[in-house]
Amino acid sequence: QRCLSLIKSTKFLNAYITVAEETALKQAEESEKRYKRGQPLGVLDGIPIAVKDNFNTAGIETTCASNMLKGYISPYNATVVQKLLDQGAVLLGKTNLDEFAMGSGSTDGVFGPVRNPWSYSRQYKEKSVPKSHSEDKDSNWVITGGSSGGSAAAVSSFTCFAALGSDTGGSTRNPAAHCGVVGLKPTYGLISRHGLIPLVNSMDVPGILTRCVDDAAVVLGSLAGHDPKDSTTIQDNFKPFELSDLTDVSKLSIGIPKEYHAPGLSSEILALWSKAADLFKNAGAKVIEVSLPHTRYSIVCYHVLCTAEVASNMARFDGLEYGHRSDMNKSTESMYAATRREGFNDVVRGRILSGNYFLLKQNYENYFIKAQKVRRLIANDFVKVFGSGVDILLTPTTLSDAIPYMEFIKEDNRTRSAQDDILTQAANMAGLPAINVPTALSERGLPVGLQFIGRSFQEKQLLTVAKWFEKQVKFPMIQLDEVKRHDHGVFQHQKSASFLEHRT
Amino acid sequence: LCLWGHPYLNSIFLLFFFFFSLTPWVPVVGLEIHAQISSNSKLFSGSQVQFAAPPNSLVSFFDASLPGTLPVLNRRCVEAAVMTGLALNCSINKKSLFDRKHYFYADLPAGYQITQQRVPIAVNGSLSYSLCIDNKMSQMVTKTVRIKQIQLEQDSGKSLHDDVRSQTLVDLNRAGVGLMEVVMEPDMCCGEEAAAAVRELQLILQTLGSSQAVMAEGQLRVDANVSVHHPGEPYGVRTEVKNINSIRFLAKAVDYEIERQIEELESGGTILNETRAFDSKLGCTVPMRDKEGKQDYRFMPEPNLPPLILYNARSLPANMNHQQVVNIDWIHERLPDLPSVKRAKLVEQYGILPEHSFTLLNEAGLTEFFEDVIKQTQMKPKKVIGWILNDLLSYLKQHSLTVKESPVSSFLLADLLNRLEKKEISSTAAKQVFAELWKGEGKTPLEIVKEKKLQLIQDQEDLERICQAVIDGQENEVIICQCRKDGVLALPHLLGRTRSSLPGSLV
Repeated sequence: QRCLSLIKSTKFLNAYITVAEETALKQAEESEKRYKRGQPLGVLDGIPIAVKDNFNTAGIETTCASNMLKGYISPYNATVVQKLLDQGAVLLGKTNLDEFAMGSGSTDGVFGPVRNPWSYSRQYKEKSVPKSHSEDKDSNWVITGGSSGGSAAAVSSFTCFAALGSDTGGSTRNPAAHCGVVGLKPTYGLISRHGLIPLVNSMDVPGILTRCVDDAAVVLGSLAGHDPKDSTTIQDNFKPFELSDLTDVSKLSIGIPKEYHAPGLSSEILALWSKAADLFKNAGAKVIEVSLPHTRYSIVCYHVLCTAEVASNMARFDGLEYGHRSDMNKSTESMYAATRREGFNDVVRGRILSGNYFLLKQNYENYFIKAQKVRRLIANDFVKVFGSGVDILLTPTTLSDAIPYMEFIKEDNRTRSAQDDILTQAANMAGLPAINVPTALSERGLPVGLQFIGRSFQEKQLLTVAKWFEKQVKFPMIQLDEVKRHDHGVFQHQKSASFLEHRT
Repeated sequence: LCLWGHPYLNSIFLLFFFFFSLTPWVPVVGLEIHAQISSNSKLFSGSQVQFAAPPNSLVSFFDASLPGTLPVLNRRCVEAAVMTGLALNCSINKKSLFDRKHYFYADLPAGYQITQQRVPIAVNGSLSYSLCIDNKMSQMVTKTVRIKQIQLEQDSGKSLHDDVRSQTLVDLNRAGVGLMEVVMEPDMCCGEEAAAAVRELQLILQTLGSSQAVMAEGQLRVDANVSVHHPGEPYGVRTEVKNINSIRFLAKAVDYEIERQIEELESGGTILNETRAFDSKLGCTVPMRDKEGKQDYRFMPEPNLPPLILYNARSLPANMNHQQVVNIDWIHERLPDLPSVKRAKLVEQYGILPEHSFTLLNEAGLTEFFEDVIKQTQMKPKKVIGWILNDLLSYLKQHSLTVKESPVSSFLLADLLNRLEKKEISSTAAKQVFAELWKGEGKTPLEIVKEKKLQLIQDQEDLERICQAVIDGQENEVIICQCRKDGVLALPHLLGRTRSSLPGSLV
């Protein structure tokens, strides 16, 4: 209930598209009953969670922040949603995103942009200099990053304890970094995509957003494992793990890929990255510079493969079986065309056009096949580095801290995506697990995170290192008035409101 | 041009062309055959496969292309394709891939079809089929057509265009049903060859059980690729002929198209690389409504399906769960006898002619009927076959009945043939009994023989008396009789006389 009222008071963040108040309260009630009987379904029983609006939720609207699916009520739950519900989790609602997860700002959905909760934090307000008196106090707010901005904002503002996002080119890690939360991208094939409305089938993964690394491990434990409904999940049995406290890092080898010193990387973040490397070195770990030489090709490669898959995946939206259908009825073709023009925004339509271009017979070899080959090279870069004894890679997650919305929208979606994805994309190309850990506040009082990239299916090692790092940096808690008002002292006592500790 | 449906005129014109042709034409015919896989559920989803169910009652979320749904490969469909590939002497690809073929149409909910364009499941096979040289089925020749490949793919739904209300009705029951596309190289030269090849394929599929292959129910669909060229010159432009609903129409459509192309080229025209539909009422092909010029299907690998890996006994990993794998060798060991093998066995075992074996296999249930009769009679198979093919089958055809629906059971026929063998009745009488049995009134052959007094007279004295009566009835004619132990052989006209003096029985 606290979460629900907090959601209401933070409505201006626009993090939620749908709030499932009634069902959530019912779920919470049933959870209480189970606890009273001493029979909780699992560790997540009663925990309020939010789900990005590109996951199918039975009976609750799923829109993908698009006119095409406004009002669409799916008849089935995505596997990950079902798993959470089976554990007794309370589904608070569906969070906002860029339309069909295309974007890096969570600004291009039909329900409007998501505001970064840190825009309203004491930390940010203290540091921000008002430009003029006449300026609206409100216009200075910063973006969440994207495309899972709604989920990141929801977790960051304490309206829920964990949220599901999706990650195709960085869509979970990027907003996690900007909102100061943990964002985990699992290995491709570990968690089922059944029910996740796809952007790029060969790169998409469900992402996990939480306030601390331990929580991420818990959620991962409930979600990972083979799903017969998703033929791309691995068959191996997954064993959920608890994270031990790492005391000795001397056996660790941390790689610092030099290509991640990308153009546009802020000096602040560069310094932070350096400090983090030193942190490991001083603790006894081996820290070495490595090279991932094909990194600079990843943007164009991603662009070709992503748009091609998008063109294909969006072909099903014709208004015939579900979703928006135009009133145009002169012919089937004209109905299709009008439906798609009305249902999709410019970003989606632009990617469809590009993708179809690359898939044309005369272009396929030069674009699609070439991009596949480059993708293989990028993936091999990682194989080589991990094969040479490096355990984990340490990189920045974003080029800078969150920028104001007014500045962000000066460039178009494609430009922004190309810029912002550079540090996160390659992990999707290679299918590797990666995590953003909030590290420190920038000079402007906004969160900055750093990224760890691990070996395929070695989430346990990745999260163990991430947890150690998290402990070292002691990232501050957001100071939001709204949160304080709803808090009855519980939050203040906790540095990281882990729900494991929160259970009373 | 459409007059050519008329067989008589057809051959006149054909003769005309061949006589007046400047140089001979070589027709070239290839086929693309889609066979619906006989399975409980669809290729990539669990919804049921059933003919003529209420519209949209067999549609899963995946079939309706609901966003977020993913394909899951049906093992039975893979096995059906492997069986078919083995029966057609193909190499089975141990690794094959799935692709998306994109186009927009109301009966294709996802906007793409999942198929196997890059690497199909089976390649490089062959199919042998037989043709009769003349219409009498007395001389058969064996031909072979190369099988280019067999690929697994999804069937589309059905759309019905209601022009009255300017709407299209879409039924997705069929959307996602598994298909095997069998591609036959252009090794055929005319409608008859195409028809024979398809008929043999149909028999093979039905024997394997991989498809019921009934054309009338849409389980077997054939598109023909037809072109003509002068010998020594490169192949001509080909047209694709669709909308062929039976094997008979296939032969007609192909022959019509060959003639149309020849006439077009001889009068100085050109052949367009187009798709034409066969109009069965008019007996000709017509251009199909031009969709959008040449389609670019923008093929792309299907990212949600890993490569399909098949194993054989050698490559099968030791600890692999056998539920999870398809073993080519295991399937090979369990293949049933193919039609060609069955026919050879019938010829060897029963001493019947090859043409007979074709007819036996061509009619559902006829072989079993034949073998049942053989089991129950002393009559030699070589004689039984005559009864099966000339009598039983012609009666069935006359009344448009299947073997299953025959009013004469194998038991009854065997009984009848036994009496004939034992010379209880003559062969003429036996035909009469058969006609009576056909009425299906429940009478046994013995009852009918008694009723119609058809029994052969065995008694020597009786016979002599009758013969004497006939002889006496003749005036001033020399009669020669030959008496034998088992009956009387008399001159034909006398025989006729004698015959007519006895109700139905043969002397």
